[in-house]
Amino acid sequence: MNAPLPGPLADNPSLDRWVSFPSPGKISIGTGRVELGQGVLTAMAQIAADELDVAMARITMRSGDTERTPNEGYTAGSQSIQFGGVAMRQACADVRALFLEQAAKIIGCAAAELSIRDGRILRKNAPTGQDYWTLASAVNLAVKATGSGARKPAADFETIGQSSERLDLPDKIFGKAVFIHDMQLPGMVHARVVRQPNRGATIGAIDEQAIKRAAKGRIDFVRHGNFLAIVGNDETAVDLAGAAAVNAVTWQNVEAPTALQAEASWLLQRPWIDRVFGAPDTGEPQGRQRFEATYSRGYLAHASISPSCGLAEYRDSHLTVWTHCQGVFPLRAALAKALGLDASAIIVHHVQGSGCYGHNGADDAAADAAIIAMQMPGKPIRVRWRREEEFVYEPKTPSMVVKVHALLDDAGKPTDWTQEIWSATHNKRPGAGGVLLGAVALPTPMPEPPPNDVPEANGGGATRNGEPLYDIAAKRILHHLVTDTPVRTSALRSLGAMPNVFALECCIDELAERAGQDPVQYRLSITADKRARAVIEKVAAMARWNPKEPGGAGHGRGIAFARYKNRAAYSAVVVELDVDEEIRLAHVWCATDAGLVVNPDGAINQLEGGIIQSASWVLKEQVRFDSGVSSIDWETYPVLKFSEVPEIDIELINTKDEVPLGVGEVTAGPTAAAIGNAVSHALGTRIRDLPLTRDRIMATLLKA
Amino acid sequence: MTQKFDFSVNGKPVSVSLDNEETPLLNVLRNELGLMGTRFGCGLEQCGCCMVLIDGQPEKCCAKPVWSVAGKNITTIEGLGTSERPHPLQQAFIDEQAGQCGYCLSGIIITAKALLDKNPSPTRAQIAAALDDNICRCGTHNRIMRAVEKAAAQMRAGARA
Repeated sequence: MNAPLPGPLADNPSLDRWVSFPSPGKISIGTGRVELGQGVLTAMAQIAADELDVAMARITMRSGDTERTPNEGYTAGSQSIQFGGVAMRQACADVRALFLEQAAKIIGCAAAELSIRDGRILRKNAPTGQDYWTLASAVNLAVKATGSGARKPAADFETIGQSSERLDLPDKIFGKAVFIHDMQLPGMVHARVVRQPNRGATIGAIDEQAIKRAAKGRIDFVRHGNFLAIVGNDETAVDLAGAAAVNAVTWQNVEAPTALQAEASWLLQRPWIDRVFGAPDTGEPQGRQRFEATYSRGYLAHASISPSCGLAEYRDSHLTVWTHCQGVFPLRAALAKALGLDASAIIVHHVQGSGCYGHNGADDAAADAAIIAMQMPGKPIRVRWRREEEFVYEPKTPSMVVKVHALLDDAGKPTDWTQEIWSATHNKRPGAGGVLLGAVALPTPMPEPPPNDVPEANGGGATRNGEPLYDIAAKRILHHLVTDTPVRTSALRSLGAMPNVFALECCIDELAERAGQDPVQYRLSITADKRARAVIEKVAAMARWNPKEPGGAGHGRGIAFARYKNRAAYSAVVVELDVDEEIRLAHVWCATDAGLVVNPDGAINQLEGGIIQSASWVLKEQVRFDSGVSSIDWETYPVLKFSEVPEIDIELINTKDEVPLGVGEVTAGPTAAAIGNAVSHALGTRIRDLPLTRDRIMATLLKA
Repeated sequence: MTQKFDFSVNGKPVSVSLDNEETPLLNVLRNELGLMGTRFGCGLEQCGCCMVLIDGQPEKCCAKPVWSVAGKNITTIEGLGTSERPHPLQQAFIDEQAGQCGYCLSGIIITAKALLDKNPSPTRAQIAAALDDNICRCGTHNRIMRAVEKAAAQMRAGARA
């Protein structure tokens, strides 16, 4: 009796969605996962190469296509390899088994005598003259996976576990037209949207003459309700008109975010819904020490290097959309709802965008193109957001306040832990009921979803990593779900994990200090989890952690640990830095246990990228408001520069484990907390509010 | 009124006819000449995705009016090398797997080329200072800088540029 099929394979059991043999010598592998810059297509090709016993060079990947690939929902949550990879292994193993069965029939032997080498069927290691392609016409892959195909034992892996080179990198290095922004369709029309500033805002006056003058070329207007766009064949003219329209179109019923609303503390006076998880409150036992500390972080922007882009064509009542969003199937469903079409009349293709770190403007840019396309049937429409438009209108990760309440035993170890969190939702993806921006401006506005957050079963949103992994008798999370915010909030890499791990891991250091214990020893004393202990000990060794190293002289080191979602990869980070008026990162060490790693170099690339991005958030980033979002370009929203990036050493451990664990987001929380702990070590006093700007450091130094 | 603008791109003369003499060179490269390697990031000359060489000097071209490059020589990423004959920088970036999303790489490689043209033996700090003109949001900084160091070493050892 077979084990149940891995989730994505159970959801998409027809093997022909996963594997096909399009031409002699070639294999096409389908995945519902999309390339965000994380190397997933290369990793999937490695998995397929091993399970099918073919050279990687024979494989082309198809990805994120409602017509041709499995539906794996969103490429998000560090789940691609942990779940999608496991499904890919089994799908390929089932295909291999079907071919061996067919080969055995043709050759007239037992399938057990057969093996496959680069697609060729061998019998007791001798060629049989059969291969996948001689047999393909007789093997029907439009059948359901059974899960009975034997997956390759780890000892026999040839490509899984290798640092295979990224399939997509050479084209990018040679400047080929591979991004969605590079697409050119015959007769293509360029478009820029004149954005509705908020739900309910209505167009007042349009100074068409001013816009046309600014365009210095032919442009036209497309309007549907309060959805307004500028279209034309010349991108420069459309660009100039789009820029001019920002001031040449007046809106009524505008609600502009104010400066105060950008601060995390503003959340504390807002209406909220309480959500409680974990152990019941025990009341107040006598004789326990109490500990409380409050941490915070403001709104962050994705700030991908390029703004979003979407293309669409509406022809013969059918809509085709090209997008770099994370979930083409959820987008299709949302477009059907928003545009009043049947999902069967919509095709969505994924094309790579610039780095994707969560729910950015991609879905909305696709919807913009679709709305315009339906107003201009037969014309391919290309919408590319302006840089300022992306900064203002893409969803932000919500600001958060995290207050830790702990009860301590006589040794100063926590016996009871409450993580009290104030945060709006981390999920307004269209697939979760969230809106497509352009559709809010239509005559019948797309409705706002009721307040909710990512379910705990999926790792939580605001509550993500709100429960320490440590051995604490009673742990609970109290989430005050703030129901309304001045800007749209949704998922950004690691969701609530960064502020939650920042808060809890800084508290652990505060508790270690109270107990007079070294931070590494304190952590080891409260966790029996072997894998957690292993990464903590490993990173301490990598960094030559010295428990007796004194701080307070402007030079400091800090350590932090987390297991992402308490169910994905384990990671421990040590940061060394200097602080005078500003923080200068000197060195970062990281030890990560991600279980079975398909591509070690790819994993390290992701871990390092996560470290640098988190460091940038912590040192520099906060979205500010001033009668609207005022962080609108790279000067008003600076990110970490080349000259500010520290030396980074990363080691993967336990890579021969059976089970892969997701790595893409695991370093975000520990890096933030390790920086917080290092700053505290360096200054002798603690800053609990992010970002750790010069102003905050100066204020802290003056107080001390 | 349509005007003609003549300049050269990657060693080949080009002539474009445009109504708007302020058309950014970036748009001309991409939309008129079909050279997609030079990329749009901001349109504000802040991020460096659009970096090209103009008469050998690194310049952002997303807001550079085409009239200002008349008669000049433009080098884009396509002009550095191809998969058959990669520039040492391009080979080094592949060897070091210096990319995540890869969107910033064209501009960064152009900036790096300009640096190595001026300074064939840059220190890490000098590389970082030069690349501060470019933004990488994915966090590939250290690999990128290692790739530039590797290319510099290859070029000092005689690798053909």
